[in-house]
Amino acid sequence: MDRVIEAREVYKFFKGVRAVDGVDLEIGKGEFAALLGPNGAGKTTLVEMIEGIQKPDSGDIRIMGMPWKGNQEAIRNIIGLSLQETRFMDKLNVWETLRLFASFFDLGGKRVRYILELVGLDGKHRARVENLSGGQRQRLALGIALLNSPKILLLDEPTTGLDPNARREIWSILLDLKNNTDTSLVLTTHYMEEAEKLCDHILIIDRGKVLREGGLEDLLAEDQKEKIIEFTLEDFSVSKQAIAAEAPFPVQWNRANGRGAVRLDHIESQLPVFLDFLRSRNLHMKNMECRRKTLDDLFTEMTGRRLHE
Amino acid sequence: MSKPVRYYQLCHLTVAHFKELIREPAVIFWGIVFPMLISLGLGMAFTQKGGIEHHVGVIAEKEASETGDLQIKDFLSRHAEKFSDAENRFQGYRLVIENPQMGNTTFIFTETDWSSAIVRLKRGRLNLIVEDTGGGIRYHFDPSNPDAELAYLKLSKVLEGGSSVQKPEVARKIEPLTVTGTRYIDFLVPGLIAMGAMMSCMWGISYGMIDKRSKKLLRRMVATPMRRSHFLIALMAVRIAMNIIEAVLLFVFAWLVFDISVKGSIPALAVIFLSGNIAFCGLAIFVSSRTANTEVGNGLINAVVLPMTVLSGIFFSYYNFPEAVVPIIRKLPLTLFTDGIRSIFTEGAGFAQTGFSSIILLAFGAFFFSIGLRVFRWH
Repeated sequence: MDRVIEAREVYKFFKGVRAVDGVDLEIGKGEFAALLGPNGAGKTTLVEMIEGIQKPDSGDIRIMGMPWKGNQEAIRNIIGLSLQETRFMDKLNVWETLRLFASFFDLGGKRVRYILELVGLDGKHRARVENLSGGQRQRLALGIALLNSPKILLLDEPTTGLDPNARREIWSILLDLKNNTDTSLVLTTHYMEEAEKLCDHILIIDRGKVLREGGLEDLLAEDQKEKIIEFTLEDFSVSKQAIAAEAPFPVQWNRANGRGAVRLDHIESQLPVFLDFLRSRNLHMKNMECRRKTLDDLFTEMTGRRLHE
Repeated sequence: MSKPVRYYQLCHLTVAHFKELIREPAVIFWGIVFPMLISLGLGMAFTQKGGIEHHVGVIAEKEASETGDLQIKDFLSRHAEKFSDAENRFQGYRLVIENPQMGNTTFIFTETDWSSAIVRLKRGRLNLIVEDTGGGIRYHFDPSNPDAELAYLKLSKVLEGGSSVQKPEVARKIEPLTVTGTRYIDFLVPGLIAMGAMMSCMWGISYGMIDKRSKKLLRRMVATPMRRSHFLIALMAVRIAMNIIEAVLLFVFAWLVFDISVKGSIPALAVIFLSGNIAFCGLAIFVSSRTANTEVGNGLINAVVLPMTVLSGIFFSYYNFPEAVVPIIRKLPLTLFTDGIRSIFTEGAGFAQTGFSSIILLAFGAFFFSIGLRVFRWH
């Protein structure tokens, strides 16, 4: 596979904090990759170094084999990007904003009309940017990123803060792109659904490091059989000690909301054992749910924290 | 990138900046209407054609019957016209001294007592208090207030001169300077034009830039093949074009209302106006080169703009400042700009008198522009 982005041993420090702490990254042609991690994990810093907006303190980043130094104009012509929370000129309308950015790439009105249709803003082309909804703004930002038919698309939290509908609209535009072009995509997100739905390659990032990477199936494969039982108890006040220490399987117990979770490899044989244990302690379940493992669980296993915290 | 492409984006950048500017309704008010209102207000206040009114408080504490004739009351009842306001709450005398050359002088006399006279004096509703002690007239006024002193000089002459009240002898020796070019409005309008250009550059460019930086728009734009210089050139070009429109409209307004005219060289005026604009555009780029915080930006812009507005002789001559600081004031860019425009307007100056200032302003702008560009933070 052709590599369109390569990063080797990339470090970036901010006032002694390691924002990006030795990251290696390879993205192939047509590949969709997600940088998944909580806020402050270093995703934005990493993606902005790929975008040439920030410079790494050490390490090497190449776009289509070219380092940023000396190739700025060439690289800017082949990448498209959207930054986290960019606001465009409030007083310009959608058409004018796209037209302005198109002029930077020497593109005309025809391309702008195509983009308007692609991101579903053709009905809104005369609306001022200040009057757009959050979802429309993000679609405008995406449209601007796609103006120059980029070989590499870099999106920093393209759906953060959007309602589920608006999020799905962005996803469907990106899935179209995936099916119909050979554009590569790197997106940062803290929504595991987004990474699962769009991307073949997922990098789980925390505190500037890539904790684990691979396809969704690879990441969860080793624990395919493992199921997670989430339950709620009627009696909140059970101490962590009483449950965690004495249960036959490792239990995560949150006394504050009365919720717990237990991981079982062989659900058929192990679930009755666990239920017997609760009964023997005179603990009554209010609720129980069985589900397969998610990226969020994987993240929690590795860091002890959740993606959204 | 080929040449036509560059002009293509420069063109679009210019159009975008221009639309951004004119779609802000406040721009029309603050850039065009507000300077007109200032010139109208100040021009009216300081260019009195209808004559001068002096308000005089009269204190006559003893009744006429005790000491015989009180000089003032006697004078007023013989020469002045008695009047009262619509609701009859207020009684006084009005004495008009006609003078076709200098404009009429009107004295409004109000009978009052000490305490209310002092209150009215503090509020600026009286210029002068006269007290009739029975034996003579005493004048009370603030000697550092030129209006009060003028009222005293005129009134004392009238009260002591008796018969010459209606015909001031001095009138024949006076040649009033009310021709165009010497009035306050002639002094003011060039100053307003210069100040308007400075304000527009400093606030428009600096604030707009800091705002775009804080919105991450600058960062987004330089992540495309956009030329940074084109972005700045378009921004300045739009601002200067707007300033020209504003200045022309203010001039036309002042010409219609106050009959102002340009006595000197129009090309020299155009050159110094452009140079001044470039000077302040450069300064604006420099001021806004680093910060992404609009409040810090606010402070920075004010720190540049306020001292010059006060010192550079916009509203009154800087020769009122201590002699030691005048040479410094004269070197400020706004002073060079204002003095240059004013000398072309009122003294008939041309390139010979303003060319040097134009060059200095241009160099000033180029200097700050290049430093600003070097330290400019796009991200």
